Amino acid sequence: MLSNLLSLVIWVPIAAGLLVLATGGDQRAVLARWLALAGAALGFLVSLPLFLNFDVLNAGMQFEEMRPWIAALNINYHLGVDGISMLFIVLNSFITLMVVLAGWEVIQKRVAQYMAAFLIMSGLINGAFAALDAILFYVFFEAMLIPMYLIIGVWGGPRRVYASIKFFLYTLLGSLLMLVAFIYLYFAAGKTFSILAFQDLMAIPLNVQILLFIAFFMSFAVKVPMWPVHTWLPDAHVEAPTGGSMVLAAITLKIGAYGFLRFALPILPDASRELAPIIVGLSLVAVVYIGLVALVQTDMKKLVAYSSISHMGFVTLGFFLFAGNELNVWAVEGAIVQMVSHGFVSAAMFFCIGVMYDRVHSRNIADYGGVANKMPIFAAFMVLFAMANSGLPATSGFVGEFMVIMGAVQVNFWVAALAALTLIFGAAYTLWMVKRVIFGEVGNHHVEELKDVNKREFLVLAVLALTVLGMGLYPQAFVDKMHLSVNDLIAHVAQSKL
Amino acid sequence: MNWADLNLMPALPEIFLLAALSFILVLDLFIPDEKRDVTYGLSLLTLAACAALQLATFEPFATTTFSGMFVDDPMADIIKVAMYGVTAAVLVYTRQYVADRGMFRGEYYTLSLFALLGMNVMVSSSHFLTLYIGLELLSLALYALIALRRDSAAGTEAAMKYFVLGALASGMLLYGMSMVYGATGSLAISEIAAAIASGHSNAVLLVFGLVFLVAGLAFKLGAVPFHMWVPDVYQGSPTAVTLMLGAAPKLAAFVFIIRILVQGMGELSGDWQGMLVLIAALSMMIGNVAAIAQTNIKRMLAYSTISHMGFLLLGLLAANEQGYASAMFYAMVYVLTTLAGFGVLLALSHAGFECEKLEDLKGLNQRNSWYAFLMLLVMFSMAGIPPLAGFYAKFAVIKSVVDLGAVNMGFGMVSALYLAVFAVMMSLVGAFYYLRVVKNMYFDDKQSDAPIVVRGEMKVLLSVNALALLVLGVLPQGLIELCIEAMRQSLAVL
Repeated sequence: MLSNLLSLVIWVPIAAGLLVLATGGDQRAVLARWLALAGAALGFLVSLPLFLNFDVLNAGMQFEEMRPWIAALNINYHLGVDGISMLFIVLNSFITLMVVLAGWEVIQKRVAQYMAAFLIMSGLINGAFAALDAILFYVFFEAMLIPMYLIIGVWGGPRRVYASIKFFLYTLLGSLLMLVAFIYLYFAAGKTFSILAFQDLMAIPLNVQILLFIAFFMSFAVKVPMWPVHTWLPDAHVEAPTGGSMVLAAITLKIGAYGFLRFALPILPDASRELAPIIVGLSLVAVVYIGLVALVQTDMKKLVAYSSISHMGFVTLGFFLFAGNELNVWAVEGAIVQMVSHGFVSAAMFFCIGVMYDRVHSRNIADYGGVANKMPIFAAFMVLFAMANSGLPATSGFVGEFMVIMGAVQVNFWVAALAALTLIFGAAYTLWMVKRVIFGEVGNHHVEELKDVNKREFLVLAVLALTVLGMGLYPQAFVDKMHLSVNDLIAHVAQSKL
Repeated sequence: MNWADLNLMPALPEIFLLAALSFILVLDLFIPDEKRDVTYGLSLLTLAACAALQLATFEPFATTTFSGMFVDDPMADIIKVAMYGVTAAVLVYTRQYVADRGMFRGEYYTLSLFALLGMNVMVSSSHFLTLYIGLELLSLALYALIALRRDSAAGTEAAMKYFVLGALASGMLLYGMSMVYGATGSLAISEIAAAIASGHSNAVLLVFGLVFLVAGLAFKLGAVPFHMWVPDVYQGSPTAVTLMLGAAPKLAAFVFIIRILVQGMGELSGDWQGMLVLIAALSMMIGNVAAIAQTNIKRMLAYSTISHMGFLLLGLLAANEQGYASAMFYAMVYVLTTLAGFGVLLALSHAGFECEKLEDLKGLNQRNSWYAFLMLLVMFSMAGIPPLAGFYAKFAVIKSVVDLGAVNMGFGMVSALYLAVFAVMMSLVGAFYYLRVVKNMYFDDKQSDAPIVVRGEMKVLLSVNALALLVLGVLPQGLIELCIEAMRQSLAVL
């Protein structure tokens, strides 16, 4: 059972998704919902042993599976996780469960297709995190575009068609270049697509490394998204249904950042070092400029979307803080913690907005005011998540940002100073939004008629709140898991391939 | 020729096909209109029998007959079995469509079988004359099929265009063949190869001949700059015939190219590679860009075909077994995808209504989510998105291009990578119009409530056909291996 754990984590949600799809039209929507919930719960359950049985003293790949898949092209079904990817698989399986609950009665048309799309995507995402063969990774990485495209396009808002096509083409552009890079590396590494072999590849000239880095960068930077290729994200987020936004922000963005850790940094250490100042610069632009952009948004979803870009800027910043040959361990671990934390917090924020949207059918900040008067329980949760989003100590948001800033101070004071601005901007845009939406007098008759959260919504909010607090109070549980893997990564990056 | 030693076994399926189709041709005269299903059933039976014969006479090496003018090798076997299957699927898919349009006549079936016979001869020829005869048999049957609806102006126009331009292409091919004959003194493919290898033939004349041959092949394949006929013919023909035209003949054309360029003129690969690079790059570009502007699906698929042929030629470019195998895989997957795509269009058409505008697909998910799903698979496969078969086809082809750069110093890694990047960028352009079809089916509201009535056998076959794209996408190993083996065994002997 344990030897096939990763396969289970991938295929259980996909099988459940197909089963849900088979329930057919909306006359059996109830069945579809419960099946989807069961599938998502099962998917989460099978992912738990990954976390619990993970050997923190082993820096290598664990739970490995290896089978020939397309022998003619030397492509293997090779799975395995280290302390970094394991966290995201568990995070994804958890968020999928939340997403199914979030869409429970909100989605009324084509329920089975909606639930199935999320379950299938969950399996594909797990596959991308677990893949140790470049083509296997690529297959999962690209395949998840299909359900996401449908989720945005079918259940999205008014400009959903534009947003979904933009999302698809933007991300496809990057990944196709990455595919060519993979094929090049295949020949360079002696006819193998093994990611580990790519990482151990010796002697790649700097100009080749830089070209390959650009190919990877195009793919992952779009996914993260980094400034200036971030423009698809606000569109996609705003138009996507609540569940779509949750998965996008919590998980799919992380795959981009994960790509830097798995491919760009260890395979191309010298190009990473050479180009690090550019990445750091772009990340700072994201942190500072996008933070300011978030401040002026009038649409809540857009605001949180821009806040995601700003937070992800923090992540990429942490990945590329070189001191000499060495990456800064604080910064890398902080960035990973930030990724996990942002997964919880952004999912929670989008869920909160979804809760209000379901009642008022508006995302405009101006259409609210004084929600706390009518929805006190909801308001308490929303304020908590807003605090976490702005990095208040004792919430998960604080830990990652603090660690990255600590690392940055060791490398370059001014980078750290600029990065620290995020604590101010983050607090400014989030809290200002909360002030306008939650507090004050009851704004209009729509707010007057609001009813507080129901049991289902309370459950989702409470579970998310517990994780956010838990991670803020005891981050060690996560950091311990990744510590050796991060050290291993840093050792890899420190080794020049010139 | 020594008749006593003549071994007809390699040509047994063709001989049977000819006999069976002559029988059907005569029998059909005595069948009243309401019992036309007999013709339909007999045609399908013939195809099944042909496939069985083909498999029964399979040999893992090449055998020849008719004084070496006809060859039966594993590549031909596999392609022929595929063609029987494709033709059978076409007949099943078009059964209702032709009945609704007054084309449900014996001619439709006998002409289809004649076209298949022509393709079989093409696929199995090891001599320029057999090659040409096969090609003309195919073309003549297709001209007649396109014009089968005499009262349709569009159909007649398409047939006329196809006939005039097709004749021009045949002329070019013949001219090229005659030059090669002049240079080498033979029309047999193996002798041509030997003459070129000996180095005693007139190089200028040979290269001139090669240019004409490549032009003729590009014409038949529908590659830029000889692609003008494709959109008009695809659009003008009845959808049933468009399918006939766009599916199996592409497989035959692929083998046609292998026979002439690889087996006959493999020594000159340096010369034809340069031409193919241009043709492939232009096809991918013009096909994909022009497809964006189309509002008619048949026309859009025509341009998409042009771009797919560009990709197929990229595989041949590598001029090694891996590359040919990747092109063969591409051709197989392409045909499977096209078949399912047009199959859905045929399923949505009914008496008095042609499903051929992009808007006609609007809200298909609401009308019938199963057909929408099948078409979704087709579109993402054409766009080359994993986990669908189209991805591996593109992947294998691009990999063989980079491979060429890694091995062939003359071509160079940098130009190979440029070409690879160009190819993936063109498939990005292509993704747009495939996505638009999906958008129409899934995101838009339905504009018609017309029930979708499909015959049972077609429903099953179409589902299997489209789901095969997904199955091949998850487990492509078998078909890839088959193509590699076929190429290895077929090219080894020559």
